[in-house]
Amino acid sequence: MQIKRTFSLEDKLMNHPAIKSSEQLQDTMTLNLGPTHPATHGVFQNVLEMDGERIVSGVSTIGYIHRAFEKIAEHRPYYQITPLTDRLNYCSSPINNMGWHMTVEKMLGIQTPKRVDYLRVIVMELARITDHLICNGILGVDTGAFSGFLYLMQEREHIYEIYEEICGARLTTNIGRIGGFERDFNDIAFAKLRKFLKNFPPVLKEFENLFDRNRIFIERTAGVAAVDAETALQYSWSGPILRACGVDYDVRVNEPYSSYEDFDFDIPVGTNGDVYDRYMVRNEEMWQSLRIIEQALEKVEKEPKGVFAADVPEYYLPPKEEVYNNMEALIYHFKIVMGEIDAPKTEVYHCVEGGNGELGFYLVSDGGRTPFRLHFRRPSFINYQMYAPMSRGMLLSDAIINMSSLNVIAGELDA
Amino acid sequence: MGKISNQAVLQKLTERFGSAVSIPSEPFGLLTFETGKEHIIDVLTFLKEDPELKFNYLTDITGIHYPEKELPIGVIYHLHSLYNNVRVRIKVFLEERNPVIPTAVNLWKGANWMERETYDFFGIVFEGHPDLRRILNVDEMTVFPMRKEFPLEDPNRADKKDFFFGR
Repeated sequence: MQIKRTFSLEDKLMNHPAIKSSEQLQDTMTLNLGPTHPATHGVFQNVLEMDGERIVSGVSTIGYIHRAFEKIAEHRPYYQITPLTDRLNYCSSPINNMGWHMTVEKMLGIQTPKRVDYLRVIVMELARITDHLICNGILGVDTGAFSGFLYLMQEREHIYEIYEEICGARLTTNIGRIGGFERDFNDIAFAKLRKFLKNFPPVLKEFENLFDRNRIFIERTAGVAAVDAETALQYSWSGPILRACGVDYDVRVNEPYSSYEDFDFDIPVGTNGDVYDRYMVRNEEMWQSLRIIEQALEKVEKEPKGVFAADVPEYYLPPKEEVYNNMEALIYHFKIVMGEIDAPKTEVYHCVEGGNGELGFYLVSDGGRTPFRLHFRRPSFINYQMYAPMSRGMLLSDAIINMSSLNVIAGELDA
Repeated sequence: MGKISNQAVLQKLTERFGSAVSIPSEPFGLLTFETGKEHIIDVLTFLKEDPELKFNYLTDITGIHYPEKELPIGVIYHLHSLYNNVRVRIKVFLEERNPVIPTAVNLWKGANWMERETYDFFGIVFEGHPDLRRILNVDEMTVFPMRKEFPLEDPNRADKKDFFFGR
């Protein structure tokens, strides 16, 4: 028996509310990539116009996890802003912490002892390694190789254990205080650090062996999303992705902070600015970070033991035992906590080389206990704005790995 | 540190612009000066394209609000000369009612989102900007939250009152 249709398929399609008339039938398709898409590693939305598999145009929407840090910071004393900076680039929060401490120290004119500087360098380089580990591991996952990511995650765990020994926390670390650290690195921390320095190079080498000359990986990444240096500078790119384009701009060398001028290390640069170059630059930076940490450990041993903070009682919280037993310490403790110590009326811009580029803090003080204005120059925010324009003409699958190679961290993007 | 001194940069600027470049200072070694909104694009173009200065890198654009000042809304540019490794900070102050300033997108494409962010939080209108919409806040928002009159949270909340310390 022939089943009779009471409707015509064509009619139904044409009368669909989304399609008003046949003239409006487009030959492109709108694809909503994100905000919560497994391939975007964070809360990013891109509305893409697709012609088959090619992207015709795209619009990025950001701000999904905007938490108004700049406004909150205007209402908090200086030492309470450190936890906010943790949550910018949460893959390398110690760099953000140290950057913030150094900004305030610059404003207050605090000179930190060399040992503090070297300990900070150790922590910051560990953070850079974790950041690059995640980025390159994820790049592997997005190109279809899962195991490299797992090898690296294990090593990240070991770095987090070192953080635990230093400050007690793992991801949002809140390491250190204005003037130095809250306590000295204990022996377990140094032992774990040495163990990491011994165990990590073979793992990284193995990871490189898996990817560097891997045919599939090269075909997926080489020549994809290539950016020339001129365009990258036009878009104010910074960090590994700018260096992959061939510009040797690194804040650690251009404006050394925390005694980076004492260290001997190289700045890797790429030539093509494609995803493969970014991967190679990040890998090489991890080797350089290891070099820096080794040098820093040597230097720390030569410095007087037990120095972990500058001698600035007006700004550095005294230990609790002294607060209870010593009048001066009690007075300083009270003054710091109640915000009776005024900052100078000035403005300062300080930047550090974050995991993704130049992380800047623009701080305006009107003399009170809180900043008058604090602005974060967030590299992810500035790097990401080229994503939609550069995706034009790209295959969707290339756009996905392009995003993971930019290493945009949602917390830093949205502040 | 830099290959060119702040004095040399300032001298070149004053030679070219005269009194349009005012109130120079050097907080922590970073040359800072003010200019007017009618000169800002000329100043930026000069700094970017002068063969000696070559301030080719736009580090940041942001805003600031001083409620007490005559011209309360400020726009702050940070430029960086990667050739000479020198930074410079430029400030432009605008009126509160209708803060309008020409856009820098034609000089640096990267200025696009920085200006959108500044508009989003301070309500500064960048004339000639291709796509001046809010970027981090929701589109329906009617206020500019980084201005000082905007409270951090609702001041009428009773549960936040503390007997000893106020709010």
